[in-house]
Formats: sequence, C-alpha cells, structure tokens
Amino acid sequence: MVTKDIGKEAILGVDTPFILDCGVQLSNLKQAYQTYGKLNYDKTNAILVCHALSGDQFAGDTNPISGKPGWWHLLIGPGKVLDTDRYFIICPNILGGCMGSTGPKEINADTGECWGLQFPGITISDMVRAQALLLDLLEIEKLFCVIGGSMGGMQILEWAVSFPDRVFAAVPIATASHHSAQNIAFHEVGRQAIMADQYWKNGDYLKYDCYPQRGLAIARMIAHITYMSEPALQNKFGRRLQNREEITFGFEADFQVESYLRYQGSTFVDRFDANSYLYITRAMDYFDLAERHGGGVLAEAFREVKARFCVISFTSDWLYQTAESRIIVKALNAVAANVSFAEINSDKGHDAFLLEEPEFWRVLSGFIEGAADKYGLTKK
Amino acid sequence: MTYVQKPKLRIELQLIAKMIDSGSRVLDVGCGDGALLDYLNYEKNVDGRGIELSSDGVNACVSSGLSVIQGDADQDLDDYPNQAFDYAILGQTLQATREPHNVLMNLVRIGKRAVISFPNFGYWRIRASLMFIGKMPQTEALSYNWYDTPNIHFCTITDFIVLCDSLGIEIENGIALDRVGRTREIGRSGMFFANLRGEQAIFLLKKS
Repeated sequence: MVTKDIGKEAILGVDTPFILDCGVQLSNLKQAYQTYGKLNYDKTNAILVCHALSGDQFAGDTNPISGKPGWWHLLIGPGKVLDTDRYFIICPNILGGCMGSTGPKEINADTGECWGLQFPGITISDMVRAQALLLDLLEIEKLFCVIGGSMGGMQILEWAVSFPDRVFAAVPIATASHHSAQNIAFHEVGRQAIMADQYWKNGDYLKYDCYPQRGLAIARMIAHITYMSEPALQNKFGRRLQNREEITFGFEADFQVESYLRYQGSTFVDRFDANSYLYITRAMDYFDLAERHGGGVLAEAFREVKARFCVISFTSDWLYQTAESRIIVKALNAVAANVSFAEINSDKGHDAFLLEEPEFWRVLSGFIEGAADKYGLTKK
Repeated sequence: MTYVQKPKLRIELQLIAKMIDSGSRVLDVGCGDGALLDYLNYEKNVDGRGIELSSDGVNACVSSGLSVIQGDADQDLDDYPNQAFDYAILGQTLQATREPHNVLMNLVRIGKRAVISFPNFGYWRIRASLMFIGKMPQTEALSYNWYDTPNIHFCTITDFIVLCDSLGIEIENGIALDRVGRTREIGRSGMFFANLRGEQAIFLLKKS
C-alpha cells in the first residue's frame, strides 16, 4: 500500500497483536517507512537507518511536509556513503512518531478518536521490535547493516542485542547505552513546556482543534541548544544583533541567536506532534540497555552480540559525550566483540552526524566498505 | 577479495607477521596506521583488531576497513577477557607505556601468545653515544630529544628477559634485528652479542 503523503506503509500485528513493553496490546499498527535503492536477489544488501527524536522516514528524499531535503540526504544516494546503487536502504518512522506510524495523533480504532494521552507508553525496544516485524513482511531475514545517530543509535544498540542473528554490522553514532540524568532533565523541561501550554488541553488539543505551538516550540528551542556546541553557536552568531544596530531594551529577538532559535521552534511545530514529542522523549529516558538486557551490567547485555560494531562520537557533542561511547566500547571489548571506535574532531556538537563532516564520512564509508567485503557483498 | 599491492612492510613487522599463524585472532596494540593488521588480514586471513592512541591513526585504520578503537595500552587492556585472542601484539610501544610490566602481563593474559617488539637500549651505538659523547642517545629509530620523548621506559634485551623471568612469562622465540636488517636468534648463548648488535628485538611470549 503506498500513499502519496507518507511514503510506504505496512500494517503490523494483524494476526497476533503487538505486545508493548508496558503490557498493552496493539493490533493493526501502522508502520510507515521509506526505501531507497534496490533489494538484491539474495536480500543481503539491506541497510536499516534509524532516525532520531525529531527525524522521520524521509532520510534520503525530500520531506513532503517541510519540503526540505531528507535529514540524511548528505549520506544517502547514488555513490554516497550509503550508496543506493549498492544497498537497499530502509528507514522506518518510529512507533509513536507522527509521520504515519501509529502514534498519539492517529485514530484509536476502539474509540474512533485520536489516541492523545490514551496512547500507551512506548520504549526503544517497542520501536525496534516493530521494525523487525516490518522486515518480516519485507522478507528480509538479515540486515547487512543497522545505522543511526542519537536516538537512532539507541535503536541500533537495541537491534544488535535483541536480534543478534539479524544484524551483520551495527553503527551507533553519537549515542549512549542509557540516558543520563542530564539528558532526562533536559527532556523534562521540554515536556513541561508543552504541558504548560494552555492549548495542550491535557493532550486532547486535536479534539479541541487547537495546538500547543508555544510549548512545543520552546521544547524544540531548548533541545536545539543541546544539539549545538558553544563554539558552533559562537561562530554562527556570536553576540551579533538581529536586523538592528542597537539593543532595544525590550524582549524582542535582539540577538541573532534568539531569532535563530525562534525560527527553529516555529518551523518544528509545523511538522511535529506535541504528544509524539512527549512519548518519544519518554522512550529515550527509559532506555537502559544494561538494565534491560544485562542485569545492570552492560557487558552482559552484549554477551550474545554477533555484529561488527563501529561506534562513532564527536568531540564537541556534550549531549551524548565521547565518554558515553567509550562505555559502550569498553563493554563490547569485555566480551571480545568486533568493534571499531572513532571520535571525530568536530565543533558542530551533537548535530555533527547530520552535517557535512568529511572525516566522519571517510570513517563510516571505510567501515561499511570493509564490512561489505567481509559479508561478501561485491562492489558494483 | 583482492589484495592491492601496498608499500612493503617494515622488516620488523615482517618478522612479527611470520610469528602469526594463519586464520588466528589477533589484537594489535598500538597499531599505528594499521599496516601490520592490513597485511595480516589479507595475507594470513586473521580476525584482526587494533588499539591505537592517536585519533588520526584510528580514523585512518577504520577508514580502510580495519576494526580499530581509540585507546591506550596502559588503560584499556584491562577491559578484555582472558585468552580472547590467539595473539596480542605490541610493536614498538612497550617503551612508551607507563607500566610496562602490567602491560606485558595483560598481553599474555588476553592473548594465548604475545608478540612484542621494542628498541634495544643495549645496542652498541646507544652505549657508545652515552659513553663517548655523554649525551642521551638519538638514533634513527629513536629520534626524540630526552625532554620531549614519549619513550619513558627503555630497556635492553637482557633487562627484558629478566623481567619476563620475574613475571613468569615464557619466551618461546626471540630475535635481535640489527641496523641493516640481519637477524640473530636470542638464546641463552650469544646473549652478549645479541644485546650489543640488536637495534631492535622481537619476542614471542606466553604465560608459563
């Protein structure tokens, strides 16, 4: 089934309901996704790309809502690092998202109304298990590679641990094996901003035909600061004033950085659902790979992994710091897993994985090339 | 799979490679730009991993498809389980470690065997430099000044053998390599000359 707006769509949990970690069972859940390139005859060239908190399935082509190029268009395409001439790229919209996959803004078949806050709590594992069902439908037994940054990276870790036989290579980028207290704290401020908006209406804004724009925009503004680095902000804006010669002694956006954040906030609300933001940030907060799979010991969680890993971090990322990646690498070493780890020198902060970073691309492309060689995927 | 003709391996690395069985699992500690790992991968079909201190080295390795992490011999070997590899290699790095004895113990713990190479401070030119010039030696292999050298724990071949004895590490094979690439077995006899003529030494070790 293909609809124009949201790319491709699969219906999961048709015969047997999908059981979420919270215990709720969902039937006929929608899994929206996009694909790029062609699946080969042996079905061995599939790469699963997992998106971050504010991402969606439009990784490689123009986003139909924003009209902007896909969030990873720099990496996905013919001859690019994720070469669509060689690989079949699948990018699902996460469960709980707002670009066609079942989530709080979709209609609850039982009530005929939007889920809103009636939507059950979700986890990173739920998202990944739904993706696994999608692959079953696509009849792809094993993925050549799973790759993603930030929350996408959490899904990559979950994939490698939960489905060791279905992943040949895993690339968790700018991520962590659990959410730190600081990250939970930032998320909480964002959620509070949304819930404090008078138009949030306890999550029922769609019923009242209104929208918590201010709250969601503020949440995005806060988050956006955490995605950048101090040097990046300094280089981009410094203390420069916005379209004015002098400060106004008022509270308009005097500074360029203010104007930029307001813009980021306002464009985000056009394409993102406020309740989705609540649910997804919660799923990230709950993520703790060691706790879930290793009895609190991360190395134990990795005991059965079979994938070759390439862990990548960025020097100026203070949201998911290199230290977090090192924790993952140490635990993988402890079980003698096959792991590469590169810290990329960048001043672009957490968002570096989305931006032009030739060193990052070189490392990534070398790893994928090496893995393809080991996996027997011959060069075209 | 085709092996693209690469620049020839340094002779010391060739000697190390000779000690490695085909198809084995190898950890190269201080793998630099990955030349040895790359060679072992293609020539001996090993399952190779590396640890490298410099991020330039790491990124170059990963970019060429090798499994390498950023880390150092003093801090990161503790993470690995016992006997995880057939060989743990430490090439030209021992003298730059903070605690060479602990590093050695870790190498023979992680690897069923360990292969170590290091510059021999008993080499006659080094002795002569100290004796006749009265300055800290600088050779082609050891080109740093005394104040900026990363090499903080030099030893001679004899020192190394004494250390291995005291740590209960068995020497299976030892080779001294002179300036022009000639090799000499390091045995109980002829030690004096090996220690004098060898500019570098290569040892195959295991826990006894």
